[in-house]
Amino acid sequence: MSAKKTLFDKVWDSHVVHQIENGPDVLFIDRHMVHEVTSPVAFLGLKNRGIRVLHPEKTFATADHNTPTINQHLPVADPLSANQLKMLEENANEYGISYWGLGHEKNGIVHVVGPEYGITVPGATIVCGDSHTSTHGAFGAIAFGIGTSEVEMVLASQCIMQPKPKRMRINITGELQYGVTPKDVALFIISKLTTSGATGYFVEYAGDVFKNMTMEGRMTVCNLSIEMGARGGMIAPDETTFHYIKGREFTPKGADWDTAMDYWQTLYTDEDAIFDKELTFDGSSIEPMITYGTNPGMGMGISNDIPTSDMVQGGATTYRKSLQYMKFDEGDSMIGKPIDFVFLGSCTNGRIEDFRAFASIVKGRKKADNVTAWLVPGSHKVESAIKEEGILDVLTEAGFELREPGCSACLAMNDDKVPPGKLAVSTSNRNFEGRQGPGSRTLLASPLVAAAAAVTGKVTDPRELMKEEFV
Amino acid sequence: MANGQWPNSKKQKKMAYDKFNILTSTAVPLPIENVDTDQIIPARFLKAIERKGFGDNLFRDWRYNQDNSPKEDFVLNDATYTGKILVGGKNFGSGSSREHAAWAVYDYGFRCVISSFFADIFRGNCLNIGVLPVQVSAEFLQKIFGEIEKNPAAEFEVNLPEQKVTILTTGESESFHINDYKKGNMTNGFDDIDYLLNIKDSIQEFAKTRPF
Repeated sequence: MSAKKTLFDKVWDSHVVHQIENGPDVLFIDRHMVHEVTSPVAFLGLKNRGIRVLHPEKTFATADHNTPTINQHLPVADPLSANQLKMLEENANEYGISYWGLGHEKNGIVHVVGPEYGITVPGATIVCGDSHTSTHGAFGAIAFGIGTSEVEMVLASQCIMQPKPKRMRINITGELQYGVTPKDVALFIISKLTTSGATGYFVEYAGDVFKNMTMEGRMTVCNLSIEMGARGGMIAPDETTFHYIKGREFTPKGADWDTAMDYWQTLYTDEDAIFDKELTFDGSSIEPMITYGTNPGMGMGISNDIPTSDMVQGGATTYRKSLQYMKFDEGDSMIGKPIDFVFLGSCTNGRIEDFRAFASIVKGRKKADNVTAWLVPGSHKVESAIKEEGILDVLTEAGFELREPGCSACLAMNDDKVPPGKLAVSTSNRNFEGRQGPGSRTLLASPLVAAAAAVTGKVTDPRELMKEEFV
Repeated sequence: MANGQWPNSKKQKKMAYDKFNILTSTAVPLPIENVDTDQIIPARFLKAIERKGFGDNLFRDWRYNQDNSPKEDFVLNDATYTGKILVGGKNFGSGSSREHAAWAVYDYGFRCVISSFFADIFRGNCLNIGVLPVQVSAEFLQKIFGEIEKNPAAEFEVNLPEQKVTILTTGESESFHINDYKKGNMTNGFDDIDYLLNIKDSIQEFAKTRPF
């Protein structure tokens, strides 16, 4: 009988072209996604070496990090951004790579459009020069972010060289409470593990909470794997997965689908397979979460008070520096803190389900006057669904506007910057100092918490606004 | 293939970085934990299409005020501390995969980063471009910080062939880990792409077996 294997082992081992003793594995990459920021130097490297892209049909390019979220039909105003976008288009043309640039119907955030068009499939290895590539693990793929040197490696050889990570399984049992979303589950895990707690590991998420989660929710959770230090996270594919991917443009069809399904249905962790580390949490103990510091591990249930520095393990100086930046005090309650900006979007929470959740709270209410809200769909497909489902009408009625797709205020490479000192509730993935613009202060939260803040103008427990439905 | 050796190669090109063997230098202390790549190089400076000039914006928002005047209390603006070694707190380089962070560290003039813990992608990026990430114990890291504080002119030796870092003023040393393959690349200035191109035929054979 063959050795018991984890889901991760099954997928990783089947992609190893070559093993180097006391060195990395040479890992074959099935799908490579490329965007404008981390690719130009990689393409330049190919030119300098005088080589071509080995498998252009396995590489897909989209423009997202730099793109404006208004007036996309006009030329991009920032000359540096415009130049980077032009370089990607030229490189894609030069090397025969599919390119979904600004104005293309399939344009959007790389980790939103990949799954939408079926580029993301179970059992595949997927890389991109972006740490949130871990998103695609939601489908039972091994997906992780890489640096530009590695982007060049994949373009040149369709392989990268990586030591095999250790295996961790995180089980969340039971049922989530009302008002608790996949974002809260992820922020909860990160708050327990810290931002380095899973460094060196590849995580499998298991247990009833993930079994009952939609694909959008699973993508949100896997997306944030990197924020606990893990290279990536994955969830075994099941009927929810197969139902989501069937019939999408790039997924196998006909007999190929049947062959693929035969393989995909073997993608689960064998009973008694060994993990290097295993953690279990009770899903019913998770509250809507909010962060109060300058890394995603500094989060807590929204009704709690900010921990005091004597309660945090080590690094009290760093902890106090972080609170000083945020202009918060130890022991503060987050509830009731006035906010200035709300950002709904990003590869973490820019999908249709996130807009449905946001709309469910703002429906019949009005945007608070003191709040500037940026609602940015993850792709044109999400944008269309928002319109078709009548969500746009709800948002408009409540005083919100919808912007055009892109990474936007998540990393503020375009004009969507939170001004110095201003406080934003954001559904994105990082609350680092200045992440949303120099001097900006970010509170990470779910679309429900963001919506509650948007209509009240302050940090508010969304369950307070959901009471009628709850009773 | 034994111990991280290259295949009988057709070619091994020299990379864009210098070979790394023994580095002796003073060090610049940054005793802050969880230094993320957004601090090392903020996203708004990622718009270049060539690998040039990133050192100017290393730690941009910690180093400069918004009117571009230097923040005097930041260590890179303090002439007391110089050298080719950057010493950072635990979990150095967390966050984004941007290789620009490693480029900025290199372009500024650092060849080695010492910490008690590194984020994965940043560590890999450093190794790929010729910056040596050296992971030491939390205790040894504190000794290094303490020595720099006591004597900013104190020199450190980072010996890659022997995988050892030494505080030269006290003679205290600690060994560090690096896999044989990467060690060979760093000491020779080799790069992964040349390795992969050398085994392209077997990669193409493997590609035929992939179902999708």
